[in-house]
Amino acid sequence: MTATPVDRTSRLQRVGATVAIVVLTGCATTGSGHPDDPLEGYNRAMFSFNETVDKAVMKPLAQGYDYVTPKPVKVGIGNFFGNLADVWIGVNNLLQGKVRDALSDAGRFLLNTTVGLAGLFDVASDIGLEKHDEDFGQTLGKWGVGEGGYFVVPFLGPRTIRDTLALPVDFKADPVGWLQDVASRNVLYGVRAVHDRYTLLGVEKTLEEGTLDKYTYARDYYLQQRRYRVFDGRPPRARGDDAAILTAPDASLEATTSAAVQRLDLAALDLAPRAVAFPGDTANP
Amino acid sequence: MKRLISIFLFSLFAQLALAADAAPDALVRDVTNDVLTIVRQDKAIQSGDTRKAIDLVEAKVLPHFDFKRMTALAVGRDWRQASPPQQDQLIDAFKSLLVRTYSNALTQYRDQTIDFKPLRAQPDDTDVLVRTEVKQSGARPVQIDYSLEKSAAGWKVYDVIVGGVSLVTNYRGSFAQEIKASGIDGLIKSLQAKNKEFAGGAKS
Repeated sequence: MTATPVDRTSRLQRVGATVAIVVLTGCATTGSGHPDDPLEGYNRAMFSFNETVDKAVMKPLAQGYDYVTPKPVKVGIGNFFGNLADVWIGVNNLLQGKVRDALSDAGRFLLNTTVGLAGLFDVASDIGLEKHDEDFGQTLGKWGVGEGGYFVVPFLGPRTIRDTLALPVDFKADPVGWLQDVASRNVLYGVRAVHDRYTLLGVEKTLEEGTLDKYTYARDYYLQQRRYRVFDGRPPRARGDDAAILTAPDASLEATTSAAVQRLDLAALDLAPRAVAFPGDTANP
Repeated sequence: MKRLISIFLFSLFAQLALAADAAPDALVRDVTNDVLTIVRQDKAIQSGDTRKAIDLVEAKVLPHFDFKRMTALAVGRDWRQASPPQQDQLIDAFKSLLVRTYSNALTQYRDQTIDFKPLRAQPDDTDVLVRTEVKQSGARPVQIDYSLEKSAAGWKVYDVIVGGVSLVTNYRGSFAQEIKASGIDGLIKSLQAKNKEFAGGAKS
């Protein structure tokens, strides 16, 4: 999310190397024991590194962009990159067997590229072709590939191991990368990175003021949201159990409470009826 | 982490209805519309006046939330280990934290539109999920759902779920961490310190 327009190949290599190192040394790393975060030591360090980079580079750039760019231009820029992304989103929907969604994505791209003037206007949304959110990591998840734990990618931010390994595929499928002219390609990379960061302005204030531990909150948030997206799901309705926390008589208190909480925790993970097992949930690295 | 903004942004609109027996979906819709109408006309809030946003939230939104249940949900299994005075302090501190966070988010509101989904519930249900969808041009819509429970004082919101993430239970990890390290009192102290640090809703 805080991608900088550095050379693409070297970034990929760096990410790949980091993944390899971390995966190899992962078993030796000890964290505070969160089952989905065996690499907590590394992740915390990388999280704070990314924050430093963001504070020094991306955030100021995004603020400048926000300040000098008229609102309609910003919307147009967002639409333009969103339109390019719809191609790969459609392919992923197809790979996941969601033909209807894939057709809708194709329709969006055709319509917005023509009537929407090269994607500057999102006319497809106006006529009810909804924008989707897919990537290769979600496709792998849908196919049953486990998450493999939480992983903070240098410069890019929170991912899971599975989604990190899927990144090179997403990069390859990025139409911006197909541009032959290196200069304009890099300009597009840069503008997109700054625009993406602009859409998140204000988040760090919320994280700063609204959480006790930014790292933990961001991690738990990312993982929950990611599972929800992988299954295109709806949140569970198993909250009734929680009443037990408030009303259990003292005698049966411990059992009731922990049972309720456990069920809730499970419910939180089980964001959609699970067609496929999540090896990552149970595997203990 | 993506779309945290919109997330926090809209978590707050689960609100209002003067009639205690208003239907839960009507309650959410009326409070949301009410609050957004005010924000759209309030230049101070739009330019980041958090104090003013907090006043708005306290007047319009707060009465429709069940903060005791929210706090219990956020604390999780350690809740029953807290003494009644500790529970009160926790509720108080968590409430301030949430109100401040949501008020901040409200200052970020611009031109998103909100779709209210049909309520899927039986007339005698006492626990329902009201579903909404926030749309913004050029972005994927974000689902924001509100869990409400019927009480003697009308329907009360006890959870807000944004894009599949419960804004309440998402605190559980960091709260448990804090309790493990320094007990219930440690958690109360941390929350109070956080609130003190950002008290007053300084202009951003």
